[in-house]
Amino acid sequence: MASSETAPAARQRARGLAPFLRSQMRNIAPFLTLIFLSGFFALASPSFATLDNLGNILTQVSVTGVIAVGLTFVILCAEIDLSIASIANVTGIAVAYFTVQESYVNIPNIPLPGIAAILLAILLCAALGLVNALGLTVIGIPSFIMTLAMMQIAAGISALLVRGQIAYKVPDVITTLGSGSIGGIPWIVIVAAIMLLGGHLVLTYTRFGRYVYMVGGNREAAEYAGLNVKLILGAVMVISAVCSGIGGMLGVAHFGSAQQNEFDTYLLDSIAAVVVGGTSLFGGRGGIGNTIVGLFVLGVLNNGLDHVNIDSFLKILIRGLILLLALIINVYAQRLREKAAE
Amino acid sequence: MPEGRQPILELQGITKSFGGVEALRGVDFALSPGEIHGLVGENGAGKSTLMKIIAGVHTEFSGRFLIDGQETHFRSARDAHSAGIAMVHQELSVAPDLTVAENVFLGNQPTNRLGLVQWRRMAREAGEQLARFGIDVDPMSRLGDLPIGLQQLIEIARVLFSGARIVILDEPTSALSPPEVERLFATLRRLRAEGTAIVFISHFIEDILRVSDTVTVFRNGRKVAETASAATSKGALIEAMIGRGGEALEHSYSDDLMLPRPADSSVVLKVDQLSLARSLKDISFEARAGEVLGIYGFMGCGQQELSRILFGKLKPDAGTLAVEGKPKTFASTAAARRAGVALVPESRRAMLFHQEPVYKNISISILDRISALLLKPAQERDIAQRQVEQLQIRPPVVGLDLGMLSGGNQQKVALAKWLTYPPKLLVLCEPTRGMDVGAKNDVINIVRDLRAKGLAIIVLSTEPETVLSLADRILVLKRGALVREFSNEPVSKDRLLEAA
Ligand SMILES: Nc1ncnc2c1ncn2[C@@H]1O[C@H](COP(=O)(O)OP(=O)(O)OP(=O)(O)O)[C@@H](O)[C@H]1O
Ligand SMILES: [Mg+2]
Repeated sequence: MASSETAPAARQRARGLAPFLRSQMRNIAPFLTLIFLSGFFALASPSFATLDNLGNILTQVSVTGVIAVGLTFVILCAEIDLSIASIANVTGIAVAYFTVQESYVNIPNIPLPGIAAILLAILLCAALGLVNALGLTVIGIPSFIMTLAMMQIAAGISALLVRGQIAYKVPDVITTLGSGSIGGIPWIVIVAAIMLLGGHLVLTYTRFGRYVYMVGGNREAAEYAGLNVKLILGAVMVISAVCSGIGGMLGVAHFGSAQQNEFDTYLLDSIAAVVVGGTSLFGGRGGIGNTIVGLFVLGVLNNGLDHVNIDSFLKILIRGLILLLALIINVYAQRLREKAAE
Repeated sequence: MPEGRQPILELQGITKSFGGVEALRGVDFALSPGEIHGLVGENGAGKSTLMKIIAGVHTEFSGRFLIDGQETHFRSARDAHSAGIAMVHQELSVAPDLTVAENVFLGNQPTNRLGLVQWRRMAREAGEQLARFGIDVDPMSRLGDLPIGLQQLIEIARVLFSGARIVILDEPTSALSPPEVERLFATLRRLRAEGTAIVFISHFIEDILRVSDTVTVFRNGRKVAETASAATSKGALIEAMIGRGGEALEHSYSDDLMLPRPADSSVVLKVDQLSLARSLKDISFEARAGEVLGIYGFMGCGQQELSRILFGKLKPDAGTLAVEGKPKTFASTAAARRAGVALVPESRRAMLFHQEPVYKNISISILDRISALLLKPAQERDIAQRQVEQLQIRPPVVGLDLGMLSGGNQQKVALAKWLTYPPKLLVLCEPTRGMDVGAKNDVINIVRDLRAKGLAIIVLSTEPETVLSLADRILVLKRGALVREFSNEPVSKDRLLEAA
């Protein structure tokens, strides 16, 4: 998956298949889960394994995908960001707030030209990310707590902006990217793919990406190497917030409305996508490749459950159990890897 | 081996390979109750690997493994533990976030009938056990906050008092000061009298000869000699270890050594009245270009704190630093690195990325010199390959994960990362810890090379030999204060110990 793992992979292959497989458990397990789930749903429902439905799945995971790009950076550093969904929500609302709404929308908003609205919205999410970053690095609040507070703060700003109302209009570019398509391919899928690819390139081929892995692998050692660990941690928090913001704007266009609590399910989905894909919660292992597999597992699961005939309340439970299973595999993969290295 | 006793442990024809690399080839090894068995060999000779097999860490190997004459196969370290085998690993393996007491009782805390941990009892018993070993520490303090040497002592104490029948100590003395080593040896002798079998690994051959009954020598994964300690000598052991005459390699430093006249080159670092809480008091000194300044002191004398302040990892309470005449207050280690300061700390675990390949470990500190935005892996590997060859790191494969190197070779990697673009000031804490005689010599030569290039080098160590072999000028640090400077005068191990 992540190319930071391909070099050891090639070497370990020479040492025999079994240890290689064990050390690659982190990458293989999510893939097997994906194949198993797809196979199961394909057999269980004739409408699942169709090209149309593949398109549906891709579209359904796009917003999560955009948000998960930034979250991957954060989790690779062994931190967490619980404010992603709230920041997505507030950014989506902000871009609508700065756009002319229909006369029946009763929000005291400030209409601006589209480009200004987008810039302000991005500035907003970057600023919120910066607050996360400062709380984490300067004050030293654990990211879990800091972003929990930010989750509430961002929700508060959203509430103040829309005051219980719903806005519908966003700048035209955003509308196109969120709900339009080109040559039959939805723009939102293209944007998600570009962002995922960008994240992958940054993590794999840039100096910054290397630093992210090293800080996640052993923070103390990174400090002894003379890296500016706080700067790197701060940067990933801002990246996460901006990705969430972009996801939020696209999402608002995709749903066709901007309102309070619109993104609540995206927090769990994004974390699940990253972790189910095999990126280590302990930092330093995994990458965007893993996140993509995780997104597909989640997408297939959510979509597939709609195609089979089971109690819709049971579906929630099933989802939870499958996520639990993936988490167990994540933790075991870490141990197996340590064993294989021995 | 003492005559006439049935060995408690017997290994026959042990072969262990990691992928293609054979770490052990057909090794026989036996251990009797009431025996202290010394193990020596170069870095990567296979000492730790054999001990990890005995302690149930490595479970895949070929050969026969007998305990009390019974063929046995451990599936895990826990199996070995229940068979009465306890080991102090070369790499500190304590739980830094737990308290001292919890570490002492790791895994078998005293509990009451409800299964709740009896904290007060645990703290009291831990305190008593440690006191027996001469360690005075609050059992409820967090272990990670203590100096590395003290952590190591606590781990040793835990293993020695665990009641094991076979105790394995993999380089236990590397972080200890002479009085602590004496206490350790006294305890080992007492355990021997009680019938415990002890394996003792060290690169300090004098220690091995003093404390052990039998010595086994490893070279390249093979056992090349086993003799009674009384019947061998340091020279003979070194020769067996490296396969050639080794007299010239190891110096005993018991005679006076003449330090040179102080250099009058430019001052690279000026430290003025540095103080830190209870650790350092009014420290002032200068380090000059082209000079190696040694700072010697017992464990806990404040060396560790001093080195961290120089590299911006700790902030002093008072006092100033100046690099090349410019006053500095380092806000981070990154700032210190930019100012031209580099640090090699004494703990390998703290400074290396065990799950990453060797070349990434070497290039991490110089990435910004190699690449602006995009990484250049080929160049990174080239640079790493040169360092690996220069320092003779074994195996010389830069793509190998660091965790797969032997302890001494990891230490070399820690040094290698600063050598491609030498800093202005290089601070080395225990630079030769865990290295074999040959490697120590290599480090001495590297430090001399760097000195010739005009670096200012500070070597901090609790081993008199390390300081004596490297330094041009020596400061003695005692309980946080500088108490003596040796410069342009004769110095010896005894004189240093006396001053500390
Ligand atoms: N987990 C591992 N994976 C691969 N190779 C390993 C592993 N552990 C040790 N080795 C290799 O086995 C050989 C023996 O290593 P070992 O750690 O036993 O040496 P040692 O005698 O303890 O050396 P030192 O004095 O440096 O501690 C070395 O070549 C080392 O690189
Ligand atoms: Mg070893």
